[in-house]
Amino acid sequence: MAEAGLDPNAVVLREVHTDSDAQREHFVGSPTIRIDGVDIQPPNGEPFGLTCRVYHRRDGRISPTPDPADVRESLATAQTKSTERN
Amino acid sequence: MPAIGDPAPTFTLPDAAGAMHEPGGAPATVVVFTCNHCPYALAWHERIVAVARDYAGRGVPVLAINSNDSERYPRDSLQAMRARVEQGEFEGVPYLRDESQDVARAYGAKTTPDVFVLDAGGLLRYRGAPDADYEDPTQNAAFLRAALDAVLDGHDPDPSQTPPVGCSIKWKA
Repeated sequence: MAEAGLDPNAVVLREVHTDSDAQREHFVGSPTIRIDGVDIQPPNGEPFGLTCRVYHRRDGRISPTPDPADVRESLATAQTKSTERN
Repeated sequence: MPAIGDPAPTFTLPDAAGAMHEPGGAPATVVVFTCNHCPYALAWHERIVAVARDYAGRGVPVLAINSNDSERYPRDSLQAMRARVEQGEFEGVPYLRDESQDVARAYGAKTTPDVFVLDAGGLLRYRGAPDADYEDPTQNAAFLRAALDAVLDGHDPDPSQTPPVGCSIKWKA
């Protein structure tokens, strides 16, 4: 966020505690990162539930967290869209 | 939950095809709790299969156990386990179903993966992570390999315990 000139305090952390919360939130696992409501890696038919999420790094490795480059790219895309809207 | 040096719990569990397996009768045995959907388990999976391949010649079986609640986590169903086996992902590693979760409970397993090494007498000699970094394939399951080498050579593993790292085992409600 700081790299992108944004306020890191604008990140909202939300804990999903129950299966029913996961269903309601369309939560497919932790961590899920949404920027302006858009998942940085849209789920591909994954079931909703309290679980860990599988990400793939750009070099193909499986990881519990997304590739930082993907997060930066998603943030840049969201910034562009936000600028266009305004 | 056994401490290092205690007798490890015995068990008999079916693999994905229904054949029964139990630890023992080997100079060392690896028991690893794992599953289908956890990114940590998947990240370490190839390294654990490589251990099975590399130590088969020394008579070391590697038994993978899935204890997760498959009702709430369908990706850990027996059918899904079977699919991975049929795709060749568990070459040389029986993939066992712990439907009652009794085995995971008896071992005090906490995460996927959670690795246990037993000696020829069935005593627990190592428990923890396969290596120090799930993100670094070059670690090559170094903790597990060192523990096996020590046990096979008649020494105490050092370390004999490391913190297990991974997703929590999905216990039934």
